[in-house]
Amino acid sequence: MNIEVRARDHGQNTRLDIVDCDFHPKLTIEQMRPFLSNQWWNYIQTYGNRSRHGYSKGYAYPKMTPQAARRDAWPPGGGLPASDLDFVKQQHLDFYGISAAIMNPLSPTGQGDMNVELSVAMATAANEAQLANWTGRDPRLKSSVVVPYEDGVASAAEVRKRAGNKDFAQVFMLSRTGEAAGRKRYWPIYEAAVEAGLPVGIHAFGYSGWPMTSSGYPSFYIEEMTEHATSAQVMVTSMIMEGIFERLPELKVVLIECGFGWLPALGWRLDKQWKRLKDEVPHLKMAPSEYIKKHFWVTTQPMEETENPDHLIEVMNWIGMDRIMFSSDYPHWDFDDPFVSLPPTLTDEQRRKIYSGNARALYRLD
Amino acid sequence: MTNMTEHGAIDCDVHPGVPDVAALLPHLETFWRDQAVDRGLNSLDSNAYPLKSPLTSRPEWRGKNGLPAASAKEVGGQVFGRWQAGFAILNCLYGVQLLFSEDMAAAFCRALNDYIAREWLDRDPRMRASIVIPMQNTEYAVDEIERCAKDKRFVQVLVLAMQEVPLGRRHFWKIYAACERHGLPLGIHAGSSYRNPVTALGWPTWYIEDYAAQAPGFQSQVASLITEGVLAKHPGLKVVLIESGVTWLPGFLWRFGKFWRGLRTEVPWVDRAPWEIVRDHFRLTIQPFDAPDDPHAVERAIEHLRSDDILLYASDYPHWQFDGDAVVPAGFSPALRKKIAIDNPLATYVRLKEDAR
Repeated sequence: MNIEVRARDHGQNTRLDIVDCDFHPKLTIEQMRPFLSNQWWNYIQTYGNRSRHGYSKGYAYPKMTPQAARRDAWPPGGGLPASDLDFVKQQHLDFYGISAAIMNPLSPTGQGDMNVELSVAMATAANEAQLANWTGRDPRLKSSVVVPYEDGVASAAEVRKRAGNKDFAQVFMLSRTGEAAGRKRYWPIYEAAVEAGLPVGIHAFGYSGWPMTSSGYPSFYIEEMTEHATSAQVMVTSMIMEGIFERLPELKVVLIECGFGWLPALGWRLDKQWKRLKDEVPHLKMAPSEYIKKHFWVTTQPMEETENPDHLIEVMNWIGMDRIMFSSDYPHWDFDDPFVSLPPTLTDEQRRKIYSGNARALYRLD
Repeated sequence: MTNMTEHGAIDCDVHPGVPDVAALLPHLETFWRDQAVDRGLNSLDSNAYPLKSPLTSRPEWRGKNGLPAASAKEVGGQVFGRWQAGFAILNCLYGVQLLFSEDMAAAFCRALNDYIAREWLDRDPRMRASIVIPMQNTEYAVDEIERCAKDKRFVQVLVLAMQEVPLGRRHFWKIYAACERHGLPLGIHAGSSYRNPVTALGWPTWYIEDYAAQAPGFQSQVASLITEGVLAKHPGLKVVLIESGVTWLPGFLWRFGKFWRGLRTEVPWVDRAPWEIVRDHFRLTIQPFDAPDDPHAVERAIEHLRSDDILLYASDYPHWQFDGDAVVPAGFSPALRKKIAIDNPLATYVRLKEDAR
């Protein structure tokens, strides 16, 4: 059997409408300063952000490249990768002909900080900084509502503040929350998101304060990366078992950079156990896998790499070609190139959906 | 429907019951027997298997007192009688691995292994067992392996999926050397020592979440054993994932394999793709087989494993994982059924090939 190993030619791809569902603009603390009180500004200068791990600068597990970025993503004019809109356009948005990009700002946004009040202040500042420095300057860019998710009520207030503003495409959380995402403390966030008509995007990463595995802390960065998928599995399980989708039937959740190869098997496993243990969770009205099909979307990067390419297509079909959305993760080291990362055997219709159609429908981009 | 039983199969996961601590008293040393009695230590049942949960035992397999798998006779009747297995490997899940005192844990492991030998193995020549070890202390764990390995009816070393620290960590390697030396696979069974929350996001609300989280727990341990280099250091070691579920494996390996390609300079001793290491060293028991009931879906799930060698027949008795006698789900080909029932277990458990005692 002949298998195409490369995507079709560049010309054909450039005519594709591409929506990038995971672009990481680098907000700087200086950009956030106008939107922070003097008290919090001084606090940040003195004590800084304190994530739920030991290091005051950098990461619990050293990344394999500085800033976990592509080595060519550092702007020639200085500054951190993806901090310079002009260079982002040149290297990414214009280069690939991307027609819309969902911005998912990571640190410094204060999410998951030990000091929840600081998270509250920084989330507002991060949202204002996105509008001032990014969406206001390029209409292709859409902001995410950064929420201080460990405070559900404050998060809901932040979401309501942004409701109706078309510059915001989703509510934004990280996957490693202090409690599993289905727990009651987070319900106000989901209620506000549904009210605002926004999906909730949950991006891998963050520090929950708990060890990254149920057997304590692993040793290596490669394990931290692999463990994002395990965290995502227990997160999805929690959201289903706590009954949040019965309470909020309109809730839509996007799993960003969590991978997706594990999702069908998780649904099967939960269905199997639910059959045996359903008396424990009578608030569930249908099989767990049905909640997954109804409420979850996934982004592609890091694109799963199967040994047999047919298996990848099979897994994508199990999830549903209408639930998978292209993402690049620019400017990070494991960036997926829009021109080559999707399997070449997808049909044109499937490619249209994954590259843009699904995202346009979910995020109401038209 | 084809014949549901595999005559002469090796049932690689059967759970002997321990009614209470009193059953272990005759096997405890005097000091620990006194401690247990004086301190009112009656039960070491683990939260991993709530006694009355339907998953812990199929209702009709419970005895008059509500306890399942109470005797060698009862278990043998089901596993050897009804399901026609030739051998069964007993994996005792009594919660001695949860104890916080290293000394107490070692004493209870000794008592438990002796209890299994006297009350179970001595009563049915078709039974084999795993050595339960105190992971609380590596030296004690190695001592217990050395002590029990003399009895060839012990064919495996048993640890729980969720530990205080990941299983790949170097201070455990003496345990793996002992496993390799004695031809004992390292059996990792669902369950937790409850040193850490059972999820990376803390303690879940519902028992079903705890049980579901076992699969990610296994994923973390496979990643740890490979990245730390255990299999590079111990090329003869076999690892059996027991009651782990099966269908999570391909998706896990795709992601792990992709990151290995990108990040292998961090762990240079991992000199080949994780899926190759898994195929050479890891085995999984088939129950719970976490695929849809549709035989075609089962076939597809098996195909994604890309190996006929890695599955082992197991009923997981008395845990209620399947209905009727469908130990092997529909969708396994006859050739694969035979392979997982006999060939694969014999290739994994080298001691099964030797004469008992």
